Amino acid sequence: MNRPAAVAHRGRRERSRTANWRRRAPAIAAAAGILLLWQAIVSGFGVPTYIAPTPIQVLQVFVEQGDVLWINFWPTLMEAASGFLVGNTVAAVLAVWFVHSQLAERAFYPIAVFVNTIPIIAVAPILVLLLGNGYAPKIVIAALICFFPTLVNMVRGLKAVSPQMVELMRVLSASGREVLFKVRLQSSLPFLFAALKIASTTCVIGAIVGEWIGSNYGLGSLIIEATYNFRAPLLYATVVLGAGMAVAAFAIVSFVERRVLRWKPPEVF
Amino acid sequence: MRDLAVRFETDTGLVTALDGVGFDVPVGGLVTMLGPSGCGKSTLLRAVADLVPIGDGEIRVFGRSPEDARLARDFAFVFQDATLLPWRSAIDNVRLPLEVGRRDGGVEQHAEPDELLALVGLAGREAALPHELSGGMRQRVSIARALVCRPRVLLMDEPFGALDEITRDKLNEELLRIWRETGTTIIFVTHSIPEATFLGQKCLVLSAHPGRVRQYVDIDFGGPRTLAIRDTLEFVEVTAHLRGLLEEST
Repeated sequence: MNRPAAVAHRGRRERSRTANWRRRAPAIAAAAGILLLWQAIVSGFGVPTYIAPTPIQVLQVFVEQGDVLWINFWPTLMEAASGFLVGNTVAAVLAVWFVHSQLAERAFYPIAVFVNTIPIIAVAPILVLLLGNGYAPKIVIAALICFFPTLVNMVRGLKAVSPQMVELMRVLSASGREVLFKVRLQSSLPFLFAALKIASTTCVIGAIVGEWIGSNYGLGSLIIEATYNFRAPLLYATVVLGAGMAVAAFAIVSFVERRVLRWKPPEVF
Repeated sequence: MRDLAVRFETDTGLVTALDGVGFDVPVGGLVTMLGPSGCGKSTLLRAVADLVPIGDGEIRVFGRSPEDARLARDFAFVFQDATLLPWRSAIDNVRLPLEVGRRDGGVEQHAEPDELLALVGLAGREAALPHELSGGMRQRVSIARALVCRPRVLLMDEPFGALDEITRDKLNEELLRIWRETGTTIIFVTHSIPEATFLGQKCLVLSAHPGRVRQYVDIDFGGPRTLAIRDTLEFVEVTAHLRGLLEEST
């Protein structure tokens, strides 16, 4: 790269950084405003700490009880991540099967819909009875919550191949496997990532809900414990940490999506 | 010489797209197919490409059935839509036919993808993704892809129908050049009378309900075809004749 080009490139990057700031500034200012207002209301009206802590007290928990938070953070992260992996993998494999076998789709799709309609909070105790008190039921709950959106989206994505593309592959005498690997899987990726973004946040919810039902570790159990003991600042800090985990997971999936999907989705054509 | 013959003979059934159609395409020729919508010209082309089954009658592509011709890659198809894989670069889209559907594993004679992109006027755009190309350029890529297996027949189903007129004129000229340079037989379906006249050495005019051959017209301007011939009297006479045939048949 020659010099003027390098300078121009840097200039462009700086400009886009300023533009980024300008775009994000309102959200940051609004969040800061809400925190300030919260702090002012709680201390101004003298609300007791066990009912509502101030943002500063919540922050103090992170500093003083950081070890408790971290010890409970890892199991939840592990359960959420495993559930994400298991749920989405099973959903993707089933979707491929459904697209290739109408019989399978007719037989199992209604069952998948039925399972999805059962509230996860009602399934959780059943799974604890079945699988005991360890990691297993939490992973299954996190997986279940990821499963359905991915299944639906993936089936749609695999079918979202234009009739002309199907005809083209037929003119080329392509086998079903070639159509799957060269066309369908790739064209389903935008749909898959849309589902993975949903799953990245719901898998954390699944893990936490799983921990509510009989568990003595993890963010979910910490939430229950802090509530029963009126340790409001700890409760809030745990919630913030759980939300942070979900946001981070979402950001990772979005990052991977930008890396993988460099082409425009098919509706452009 | 009868190397590509299409015969449809049907007299039963409620809906018959084509009835008693018969015509031959000369080797190395460029035949355009013109007809009112619903006359079955697309169906006819799809039948040649083994995309729709034929009832009675027969289609022979260089003496083979459409299915055998498909497996032997005797023909390639260009759709109205470029039908490119949006995640593949131009050159990788051209390579697609070399990667799929070759169960025998034999080494086929094929053209070089980069030379084909140069042939269709896209040298230097090999790495471009479809969304970075204009509609006309995407259709050029799809023509290059169709040529990669050196097909003996190129079947084109209104390939320029979705393009603006200026782009369409340009691609018509280029298609003639490509046809001369490759020597491929082309069957070109269109609903544009000037396009059918400009491109075709022969024009098959079909009538609708049921689809029949109205007339198989020879078109000869005795000289190289450039866009300018479309303003000559001879050209206008041919288009007027074709239009007359179409109006009678509806």
